[in-house]
Amino acid sequence: MSTVKIEMTVNGEATSADVEGRLLLAHYLRDVVGLKATNIGCDTTSCGACTVLLDGESVKSCTVLAVQADQQSVTTMEGLSPDPEHLHPVAAAFRAEHGLQCGFCTPGMVMAAVSLLEQNPTPTEREVREGLEGNLCRCTGYHNIVRAVLAASGQSGDKVHEDETEHAPAGGLAGAPGFSAGSDA
Amino acid sequence: MSIMGTRVVRNEDPVFLSRGATYTDDLTDDRLTGALHLTLVRSPLAHARITSVDVEEARSAPGVVAVVTGGDIDLEPPLLFPMAAKGMVRPWLATEKVRFVGEPVVAVLTEQAYQGQDAADLVEIDYDPLPAVVDLRAAASDEVLVFEDVGTNTTNGFGLDEEFDEHLFDDCEVVVTREIVNQRLAACALETRAASAVWGEDGRVTLWCSTQNAQNARDEVAGWLGVDAEQVHVIAPDVGGGFGAKIGADPEFALVCWLAKHTSRPVRWNESRSENMTGMLHGRAQLQTVTIGGNRDGDVLAYRIDVLADAGAYPRLGVVLPMFTRMMAPGVYDIPKVESRARVVATTTTSTGAYRGAGRPEATAAIERAMDLFAAEIGKDPAEVRRRNLVAADKFPFTTKGGAVYDSGEYVRALDQVLEAGGYAELRAEQARRRERGDPVQLGLGVSVFVEITGGGAFSEDAAVEVHPDGTVTVLTGTSPHGQGHATAWAMLASEQLGIPMEKITVKHGDTDLIPRGGGTMGSRSLQTGGVAVYQAAGELVELAKQRAADILEADVDDLVVADGAVQVRGTDSGITLAQLAEREQLKVDSNFDSGAPSFPFGAHLAVVEVDIESGKAVVDRIVTIDDAGPVLNPLLAHGQRHGGIAQGIAQALLEEVVYDADGNPLTATFADYAFPSAAELPSFELIEMETPTHLNSLGVKGIGEAGTIGATPAVQSAVVDAVSHLGVRHIDMPTSPLRVWEAINAAAGSTE
Repeated sequence: MSTVKIEMTVNGEATSADVEGRLLLAHYLRDVVGLKATNIGCDTTSCGACTVLLDGESVKSCTVLAVQADQQSVTTMEGLSPDPEHLHPVAAAFRAEHGLQCGFCTPGMVMAAVSLLEQNPTPTEREVREGLEGNLCRCTGYHNIVRAVLAASGQSGDKVHEDETEHAPAGGLAGAPGFSAGSDA
Repeated sequence: MSIMGTRVVRNEDPVFLSRGATYTDDLTDDRLTGALHLTLVRSPLAHARITSVDVEEARSAPGVVAVVTGGDIDLEPPLLFPMAAKGMVRPWLATEKVRFVGEPVVAVLTEQAYQGQDAADLVEIDYDPLPAVVDLRAAASDEVLVFEDVGTNTTNGFGLDEEFDEHLFDDCEVVVTREIVNQRLAACALETRAASAVWGEDGRVTLWCSTQNAQNARDEVAGWLGVDAEQVHVIAPDVGGGFGAKIGADPEFALVCWLAKHTSRPVRWNESRSENMTGMLHGRAQLQTVTIGGNRDGDVLAYRIDVLADAGAYPRLGVVLPMFTRMMAPGVYDIPKVESRARVVATTTTSTGAYRGAGRPEATAAIERAMDLFAAEIGKDPAEVRRRNLVAADKFPFTTKGGAVYDSGEYVRALDQVLEAGGYAELRAEQARRRERGDPVQLGLGVSVFVEITGGGAFSEDAAVEVHPDGTVTVLTGTSPHGQGHATAWAMLASEQLGIPMEKITVKHGDTDLIPRGGGTMGSRSLQTGGVAVYQAAGELVELAKQRAADILEADVDDLVVADGAVQVRGTDSGITLAQLAEREQLKVDSNFDSGAPSFPFGAHLAVVEVDIESGKAVVDRIVTIDDAGPVLNPLLAHGQRHGGIAQGIAQALLEEVVYDADGNPLTATFADYAFPSAAELPSFELIEMETPTHLNSLGVKGIGEAGTIGATPAVQSAVVDAVSHLGVRHIDMPTSPLRVWEAINAAAGSTE
């Protein structure tokens, strides 16, 4: 099968490869670049586990061909935090609010949340729920995911459980990779 | 200050949230270098004879290393569950007949993953269709047999030998009978099934697989391969959800091992979602006939449940789950006379197994619907009828008519607390106002009070705790977390005993060479068995350390205390750290805890729904919940379990159903078709704390993993029915979809006109 040479910046690093035209971006990231955080949970663009940022826009990388991302920039969850001890504010909020259990939806959910907050820095609970509609989670019932996104936006968690709500993680949002609160909002 | 009962964020998360967890398909282990990729060609028909299989063209496709058919495999086809009817064995790859859509027929092994589907598309299989067996009553009639040689579709029966008592309801002023469908569900763990295998020069196979129990997976795979368990090394990497459907092994795992041996290459397999939706075990799938009777004051005097359960094509764990349904039939109610029986039949559909609750939600949904039907019949408030019949708090331990011994419970208090927190009286008033003004959006209230079994499968669990000379601690556990947070929770338990900070404690699980025995994580068993075992092992390590320190410090054991990771002579500066003790001699304890019996957590849920009576669409506004599982070790984790359970309960009540057409074609085999709820379909949940300890273990803890599902399902279903009950509706089967609600409203209107 014929191949096409593509070049892509992934998490700030230049990558390139000769790939089949049919190669999915998700598989390029996982199998060519070797970044395994991005998961594939379905084959109908329903679950969002494979969500990444493509030139800053959230996309489901199982429905984008690698060749479509040629000459573009991709951010995966690995690109948000420099190491496990220094989590990106959104990732830190997921930890603080227990917005993950098995972790499989998490890389996509975190990227979708980053994208959501970039578009809407102070969403309401309903806006968070609608904004994450394309990302499925089987473990959390979304309760703590919603709280994590609200906390990451600097708002208190869900109103029903105000006594438990923790504050947004320290460090602020601006300046973190893949995250620029307020821009284009 | 004790760490027990405090909100501790997870140890797992820093890695999960930066580089991501490592699931089976993520493995980069050197032993898997050059692995072949397995692609399975699956049956598109529910029931058919295979007339020819042509793999020649596929064999010559690019990258193909082997194409294997059933005749190539020198293993006995296994009976996948020991209690299933003998003869209902599953071929490794079908040769003569297929029995469900998705059954594997041909295995294709390729150098690269994408080549597998290319080659699979070149396989030509001819089928001669047979009539499908989908309807459970049709299956029970044995008109069409799934296994001709067995002679019946009934794989298991429970209580079928005795006739029902024809006088059971003689004392009752009111008797209501109703058929209830507890629909088939898909577990939908976000990680599909995956396995990788490689044989070593020592003749052992290493199998990485997505499982809830590595040790059981090892034993099953070894049995199916016909080798000793010692020859199989199973490793469960991070597991992306299970919900019961990943208990033990699937036959595909053993097939991956066999193919690795056959090709002398490592083999990897990772199924697609569409394969998963027909290949992985489904849950529930019961047709129930319930009869409830009592007097007009509201006393329930007799209850009967007759279950017809769907085993799917090749019977597995699903065949025994109706035993739990029977055992839990009377639920939280003190009913003088209870009868039950169950028949389990094979059909030409995906096999069934455990799904969050596994037999208990089916019992709870049935009795809770029955209580509502009874209350409606006598014209009393359903919450009040429940309260009147609950087992009183002074009756525990309580032996039920289902044969269970409930360890502890305060059911009336649980019910009263959710009613008060939810503002039940005011909600009823609001409901009355909406009814009076003919509001197009009606309010419905649903109440459930429930009890369930946790730790009902295996009462015993192993744990080992070792302090190392560098001051770190390793905990080995036989439980097998896949999201529950044992790396955090078990570290808390060890830290509490040893006084060593959690950061220095590593919890290991899911490796059968490291941990040969283990019951895994299922049936909400982990904390009350494995967690208690860790706590006990760490406590025994403290005693061992004191004894060794007593010699070294020349002190009496009774004068020694362990704090901050050191043994100290009380009131002096004299002491020795656990790390220093470990330098002298290995400091490790292996322990086992056996609870001897399951525990019975309970709770109450109040669901508030709004139903648009013009469209039939129901939306859950609020769900107010008590899930009492005894003392809470870490509220962060316990709440997470409750949230997830509640969401799955709401999902069953409102949205989800695995649907087959009359020909056995799955109509919900993708996430585009199966109604998996998103954040937009769910509310935030209201959790109320209540902690009633059990006497069965030193921590007083019960299981929490499934409670939310068991309580929420009937509460939400009842709320939907309640919203339209003034229009004459008494029951709507789940899922209470807009169409079903709309049809129920119209049917009721038609019957009263």
